[in-house]
Amino acid sequence: MSDHEYTPSSKFGKWFNDRLPLLTLGKHLTDYPTPKNLNYWWTFGGILTFCLITQIVTGLILAMHYVAHADLAFGSVEHIMRNVNYGWLIRYVHANGASMFFLAVYIHIFRSLYYGSYKSPREIIWILGMIIYILMMAAAFMGYVLPWGQMSFWGATVITNLFSAIPLVGESIVTWLWGGYSVDNPTLTRFFSLHYLIPFLILGLVVLHIWALHVPGNNNPIGIDLKKPSKDTVPFHPYIVIKDLFALLIFLIVFAFFVFYSPNILGHADNYIEANPMVTPAHIVPEWYLLPFYAILRSVPDKLLGVIAMFGALFILVILPWLDTSKTRSAIFRPLYKQFYWFLVADVLILGYVGAMPAEGIYLLVARVATAYYFAHFLIILPILSRKEKVLDVPLSITEPVLGGAVSASAVRQKKDKL
Amino acid sequence: MKKFVIIFFFLIISNLTSISSFSAEKAAKPMSPGWSFKGFFGTFDRASLQRGYQVYTEVCASCHSMKHLSYRNLSQPGGPEFSKEQVKIIASQFEVRDGPNDDGEMFDRPARPSDNFVSPYANDKEATAANGGAYPPDMSVLVKARKGGADYIYSLLLGYDEPPEGISLDDGVYYNKYMAGNKIKMSNPLSEGIVEYADGTKASEEQMAKDVTTFLSWAAEPHLEERHKIGFRAIIYLIIITILVYFSMKKIWSRVESEV
Repeated sequence: MSDHEYTPSSKFGKWFNDRLPLLTLGKHLTDYPTPKNLNYWWTFGGILTFCLITQIVTGLILAMHYVAHADLAFGSVEHIMRNVNYGWLIRYVHANGASMFFLAVYIHIFRSLYYGSYKSPREIIWILGMIIYILMMAAAFMGYVLPWGQMSFWGATVITNLFSAIPLVGESIVTWLWGGYSVDNPTLTRFFSLHYLIPFLILGLVVLHIWALHVPGNNNPIGIDLKKPSKDTVPFHPYIVIKDLFALLIFLIVFAFFVFYSPNILGHADNYIEANPMVTPAHIVPEWYLLPFYAILRSVPDKLLGVIAMFGALFILVILPWLDTSKTRSAIFRPLYKQFYWFLVADVLILGYVGAMPAEGIYLLVARVATAYYFAHFLIILPILSRKEKVLDVPLSITEPVLGGAVSASAVRQKKDKL
Repeated sequence: MKKFVIIFFFLIISNLTSISSFSAEKAAKPMSPGWSFKGFFGTFDRASLQRGYQVYTEVCASCHSMKHLSYRNLSQPGGPEFSKEQVKIIASQFEVRDGPNDDGEMFDRPARPSDNFVSPYANDKEATAANGGAYPPDMSVLVKARKGGADYIYSLLLGYDEPPEGISLDDGVYYNKYMAGNKIKMSNPLSEGIVEYADGTKASEEQMAKDVTTFLSWAAEPHLEERHKIGFRAIIYLIIITILVYFSMKKIWSRVESEV
């Protein structure tokens, strides 16, 4: 990983490092040259790593007390809440942790979109990130099923039924997923097994994600390539470590407010009713972080096309580096793209909102327009912008003034502050 | 544009809390008597919890189970805090089926503090059949299982009324302005003086509704007081360490020409 040879000072260190270069890796991680103009939107990578570890650790403890059985699951969760020492704390951290994880990942993704971090040479980082994101959604969905409340059961029924839209084999696939002819005990046990597996897959992908990041190095707010190490960079430790820690602590304060003072506000009340296959809730709504996709799914009248649209909305993100081919990365120097970026943010928020509403009347109409716009943004607007947009001049470095009267570094910073 | 997005975002957030209220369009907005357990330092009113238990056990428990609680919970800190002796007496008034004994036979015995609350019916089917086809929900987490929580339960208990003109009710169905659809299969459970409080408090309908809802809120969230206490300390600790880290960060970054 590192281009430089590193020789440990101690004899044992040298002996060990020759056999397993962990110390070289450590040295690489501490010295890793990082752009010094990174803003706080760049701290969410570290925050996300923290979220993943938190979910794994709390999940591990919950799994020691949870019983994956249709008749016992709900009671075992109540057992955790009442009888296990600090079980309530661990479960609330895990449940709200999922929401905080998604909050952080959405900020992380939208940061990438704004500053063009998905562009060459960082396409693989982006694609790995998207795979992580998709796995996160799978893990979160299955985790929501485990307490075996009404929303668990009916959410699982709705989502697994999506696969029945596949022509010819759809019904068989759904039966195979369920392990029976309806969502039942076999579904619960396999969801538990997969819910335990996926975080470790994510962990592996996160390692690859960071590895791929360390090849070209971080993008930065002005989106230029930097000489490394140089006056434009700082070593990761202590500069970025302390900054990430500061941001993480702020994040934790928000996290703590949810856990301690409104632990159930992000969940649905119906999930405290034990699953009952004979009673359908009035409205089946997924967790808030899945709502935009739920809105896309419901906005298409045909079931199969709806499912295609929903998965398409995700897949389109994977191929984003080839849809937006503009050489300029940062939206700071792309005035038109910046406008459309905020339109997209608004569009996704609108989709999330109508996703929580019943699919009828004005909500359905809004969902359809917003869905159409979502796809138009990626398939029409971005390719056209890449070719037609007049971009501003980009500075040559973060610190040095630019020749030829282009935007200077301080002007860039002022612009950044305005954001 | 950005400002617009931010304003929009907050509009959504403020709306999120009311998102599923559309399912209860016809129901009135629940009222709140003011709960001692809300807020950062919220704690339960012990006397109210004890009275609430009395209402639960004398009124609600004839139909509603509370299977996730044990009698010992009644003496744990943060709850009604009956004494251990009182709980032993309370438990011994119920019979539980135990066994098999050495002869392989099941037998009945008085309940112990470690036993779960005894359910009024043997199973859900029996409970449903005995209540005109409407299953009386288990009350262990009822407050958390209803949109509006304690306010909703309190209001529902006081929301019985004569049906307005034009609404006809079947036999065994009652009008309640806080229920979704305004029709409920539970008859008005509270009437003045149905319970005689041991501490001499006047058992008005409002008083009983408030007490039993307080009890149900504790039952749904037995560690609420501990949660509030730990939460406050945790957040204070986080704020202090955040400030310390902030100044360390400023100091470290003062070595380079850049802002943090």
